[in-house]
Amino acid sequence: MTTTAHDPGAPSAENPGRADIRARTLRRDRWWLAPLVNALGLATFVVYATIRSFWGSAYYVPEYHYLSPFYSPCFSASCVPGSSHFGTFLPEFPAWLPLALLSLPFLLGFRVTCYYYRKSYYRAFWASPPACAVAEPHGKYTGETRFPLILQNAHRYFFYMAFLISLINTYDMVVAFQSDAPDGSGRFGIGLGNVILLVNVIGLWLYTLSCHSCRHITGGRLKHFSKHPVRYRIWTGVSALNTRHMLFAWITIGTLILTDLYIMLVASGTISDLRIVN
Amino acid sequence: MADTSTPDVVHHTYDVLVIGAGGAGLRAAIEARMRGKRVAILSKSLFGKAHTVMAEGGIAASMGNANPRDNWEVHYRDTMRGGKFLNNWRMAELHAKEAPQRVWELETYGALFDRTPEGKISQRNFGGHQFPRLAHVGDRTGLELIRTLQQKIVSLQQEDHARTGDYESDLKVFHEFTVTELFKEGDRIAGAFGYRRPTGEYLCFHAPAVVLATGGIGKSFKVTSNSWEYTGDGHALALRAGARLINMEFVQFHPTGMVWPPSVKGILVTESVRGDGGVLKNSEGERFMFRYIPDVFREQYATSEDEGDRWYDDADNNRRPPELLPRDEVARAINNEVKEGRGSPAGGVYLDIASRRTTEFIRKRLPSMYHQFKELADVDITTEPMEVGPTCHYVMGGVEVDPDTASTVVPGLFAAGEVAGGMHGSNRLGGNSLSDLLVFGCRAGAGAADYLDGLAGVPAVTDEAVDAALAESEKPFSVRGEENAYTLHQELQQTMNDLVGIIRRADEMEMALKRLAELRDRIPRVGVTGGRAYNPGWHLAMDLRNMLVVSQCIAMAALERQESRGGHTRDDYPAMDENWRRELLNCSLVEGPEGPQVELAHQPQPAMRSDLFDLFELDELKKYYTGDELGGHRADQGV
Amino acid sequence: MGYRAKFEVWRGDSSGEGALQPFDVDVEEGEVVLDIVHRLQATQAGDLAVRWNCKAGKCGSCSAEVNGRPRLMCMTRMSTFEENETITITPLRTFPVIRDLVTDVDFNYVKAREVPSFAPPEGVAPGEYRMSQVDVDRPQEFRKCIECYLCQNTCHVVRDHEDNKPEFAGPRYLMRIAELDMHPLDVRNRKEDAQEEHGLGYCNITKCCTEVCPEHIKITDNALIPMKERVVDRKYDPLVWLGKKIFKREELEQREATGQRSLDDAGPENGSPLPADSIGPVGS
Ligand SMILES: Cc1cc2nc3c(=O)[nH]c(=O)nc-3n(C[C@H](O)[C@H](O)[C@H](O)COP(=O)(O)OP(=O)(O)OC[C@H]3O[C@@H](n4cnc5c(N)ncnc54)[C@H](O)[C@@H]3O)c2cc1C
Ligand code: SF4
Ligand code: SF4
Ligand code: FES
Repeated sequence: MTTTAHDPGAPSAENPGRADIRARTLRRDRWWLAPLVNALGLATFVVYATIRSFWGSAYYVPEYHYLSPFYSPCFSASCVPGSSHFGTFLPEFPAWLPLALLSLPFLLGFRVTCYYYRKSYYRAFWASPPACAVAEPHGKYTGETRFPLILQNAHRYFFYMAFLISLINTYDMVVAFQSDAPDGSGRFGIGLGNVILLVNVIGLWLYTLSCHSCRHITGGRLKHFSKHPVRYRIWTGVSALNTRHMLFAWITIGTLILTDLYIMLVASGTISDLRIVN
Repeated sequence: MADTSTPDVVHHTYDVLVIGAGGAGLRAAIEARMRGKRVAILSKSLFGKAHTVMAEGGIAASMGNANPRDNWEVHYRDTMRGGKFLNNWRMAELHAKEAPQRVWELETYGALFDRTPEGKISQRNFGGHQFPRLAHVGDRTGLELIRTLQQKIVSLQQEDHARTGDYESDLKVFHEFTVTELFKEGDRIAGAFGYRRPTGEYLCFHAPAVVLATGGIGKSFKVTSNSWEYTGDGHALALRAGARLINMEFVQFHPTGMVWPPSVKGILVTESVRGDGGVLKNSEGERFMFRYIPDVFREQYATSEDEGDRWYDDADNNRRPPELLPRDEVARAINNEVKEGRGSPAGGVYLDIASRRTTEFIRKRLPSMYHQFKELADVDITTEPMEVGPTCHYVMGGVEVDPDTASTVVPGLFAAGEVAGGMHGSNRLGGNSLSDLLVFGCRAGAGAADYLDGLAGVPAVTDEAVDAALAESEKPFSVRGEENAYTLHQELQQTMNDLVGIIRRADEMEMALKRLAELRDRIPRVGVTGGRAYNPGWHLAMDLRNMLVVSQCIAMAALERQESRGGHTRDDYPAMDENWRRELLNCSLVEGPEGPQVELAHQPQPAMRSDLFDLFELDELKKYYTGDELGGHRADQGV
Repeated sequence: MGYRAKFEVWRGDSSGEGALQPFDVDVEEGEVVLDIVHRLQATQAGDLAVRWNCKAGKCGSCSAEVNGRPRLMCMTRMSTFEENETITITPLRTFPVIRDLVTDVDFNYVKAREVPSFAPPEGVAPGEYRMSQVDVDRPQEFRKCIECYLCQNTCHVVRDHEDNKPEFAGPRYLMRIAELDMHPLDVRNRKEDAQEEHGLGYCNITKCCTEVCPEHIKITDNALIPMKERVVDRKYDPLVWLGKKIFKREELEQREATGQRSLDDAGPENGSPLPADSIGPVGS
């Protein structure tokens, strides 16, 4: 997708015989609103996620075992003690390296190649097209036929990884129900942080399972559902979730930011966790 | 603006010309092509958009998937009963016998019908059919049919492409092309003439065999479920070529068309609504159809609401509800309720499925009806009743054909589908049209191929004939006419609707004939503005003459037939008369002092073959036949 | 109830030149945009070209752009507009104009022809086809398509880039490929071709086709994305590729269609199960 000056309305040898209507679009509704909101939403998330991933502190609340999803799993020796639920087999990281080095690229890849986010950012950032029946400003268009965009076809591998990471996030969420008792021993406890973590994990699962690749792998690839009744049922369920994939994509943007922000605030001591049980 | 120089005529040569790209035309083209002929398909609308796409309910074929007791004999009996025994028995026989084969064949072309739990084609109930018999795809069966046939045509073109390198070498679709004239040499067909609608370019086709599959005539009526294509072109072309039309007095008014808002008045509400449990109620909330069961159908229909309701689940032990009587009965009943003051505000009655079936059921079974009411009338049919009333839907009459080959009396001229007459007698059962298209479309294609195989020498189109056809088409441009085509069309529609409509009277029809005669004088004075390229005013001007001559046929035949039967109801002769069952009325065009005139004649109805006759019980036949005709029945011979 | 509305209708010819022409016209209760166009024809512009057929949203002829949005004119109710609003009607942008609101949609017929047809299974006679409803549900959704070409017109791949037309079949025909690929009895493998011959890769799943489809077919979610995933199976998935090499299973399941039948051969082989003479007595 190269950007060159291009007036799509102009009559030219390129558009033989088309009605000569110069306006870029004749739409009179606020078609620019959706791409604008999308651009703002996505930009907020990207900026926030970048800053926080490189922040390198205030991601773990030791007494309640709250671990921010932006730092899970934490495998480096630099990780705050207790935050590494699966050991620290990686050496210390220099400060400029995000601690969740092993998961963030996959999570990023999963969302970047996600069929919904693709639509969203192609429209919002690339204006390809900005909205339906509104001309795009590019002279040439090859879509996802060549490098780099042909790599979008790798979505399903990111899905496999995202699935594993969702399991880890779930583990993190469960572990957090163990809080430290004043005597240092572990005991069951619930705070607002747990509720937020739980909501976030549910959101992540809904988003991950409603993925189009997941829908394909679980059953969509079959020609005969009638010969695979179990997979058909799974596919039906995934399909039902899939119709709300966009919704889950935005919900998880919200819950991810919320979860991390809350943990950051608690971990940095700015606020204290609202405890419900213990 | 109008280009005054004489336009060029481009010439093409084919073996078989198929005029019409609906179900009948496409099936005929497929058959002729598969028998090795070079075929051109000509159609007024775009390929794949012929009127057949509008069919909703289904295709009748006694495959016996839903009820194994169904077979061709039952289907045959239902068809004859529906047509009040005026049907051409041989056509009804072939139709009943071959419909299943034709439907199954569609699956080999890629059609996807709704399925039974065993994976067979699902079949649904429809008015007048004893068993669930209509193969269907939701309520968009016509779309499936036309798309399947269209895709089969494409697949044949792909085979040609593999062989010749050209998709259109042996099978070509000329869409948005209107045929205005047929050519003959002597008494044999030699070709056809017409114009491309987008450009106004004239084409002359040289072809020894022509299959007419142009559909119906509904656009002559004001309230109709039919589209602009239905201007009776095929009927008129056949008349002008010397063929005869039969049964033109029988026009089917579908009982349930939309009545509100005014701009959609006439749009069809499929019979499946009733087949799937919908009932008709008047403004007093009464299920009035129980009061309208005629004697001939007394035994087959439920007399209480309870029995009618039980039938949906247990059809073997209960009789069907009277909402599913043949269409003519239901249409008349609705007409009467409205006339007696028990109609809805917009002049219809209520069709209620909301109170009888669940929302999910309605949305699954009747998706396009749901859609149609939601989008066009802002009515949610899952919560509110629909307002419906009769609408002109189908013409039973048409070109007289030989049942086996679909050939007309003009050598080389064939007709199939709605444009052909005889098959449905005085009234068509729902679903019997789509099957008719396939059965006789196939036979017309085969008939044309056989005709070509036996043909010695190809008839030639003369230059004079081409010049005359060209001059006729050019006329509206040269007339500095004071008449407006749109106005004349509205007058014609109003006349037919009011005076030759669902209930007819002698004085009104005489009046109609007078008005039609006036229109006949005015139509040649229609002038058009603009050029030849996609000019709807010109198109309508060309179609008007066809609508006129067809309307004259309908009015004349309707005036002549002094009884009520099927789609023909006379206020002044309300009873069915068994003597009229033996009579068919035919129309032809004869040269008169003021140009060609429609002439009406009687012809006898051929007697049914005895084995078919024996399929009925004597008691039933007695309701339709005169005593002396019953002699040959098996009951008389002590069998 | 009626009122007078302001309209602007594009009028022009096949050179592409033309302009919006203003009209004042009566509107009655319950009318759709197509009714108004017809009123213009009957009262003010007898030669105003418009393509339509069923006026019931079933044939897909009356596609145009109303206030810049691709729509069926017969399904666009006047009540969706303000009474003082000027309503603009223009022809489909992506196709060459013939006259006024009518465009030349032959592009679509050409694309339709390039998609290999249904390849029936060998040795299954007509009448013996068995398919489960759950297996036909998916392709049936796509067969609701009325070929209005609104999706073809709106898809930016060709709307904004005329030069992509040769490579790109458009959503309607990519969906047709998906339909056949999901047809329980079709035996042809269509996946690689979807990418290589029909331009599936051009689609960037921005969903305008789905947005404008009057039949509410989920073109992107149910046809295009699943098709992209099926292509990944065959072209970009090493595991599947390995499995294919080892077990040759897919090959068996998806052998090529039997292909062309010769039209010179008479008899049942010709596709019609009835040979010429078994169609019944001719002329009896
Ligand atoms: C709303 C509706 C619902 C229906 N539902 C059912 C149903 O459920 N079941 C059923 O069995 N039947 C149904 N019918 C009836 C059935 O659809 C029609 O009778 C049938 O489709 C007619 O098909 P045909 O092939 O004869 O012609 P059509 O499909 O009407 O095709 C006629 C063709 O001829 C062409 N043509 C006409 N004049 C010319 C000319 N001068 N030059 C060139 N081409 C020309 C037209 O362009 C068109 O391509 C329904 C009808 C309607 C209106
Ligand atoms: S989703 Fe794909 S096919 Fe549909 S409009 Fe967008 S780019 Fe075109
Ligand atoms: S898929 Fe929808 S928008 Fe596209 S042609 Fe079919 S009906 Fe029209
Ligand atoms: S006229 Fe048929 S869809 Fe509008």
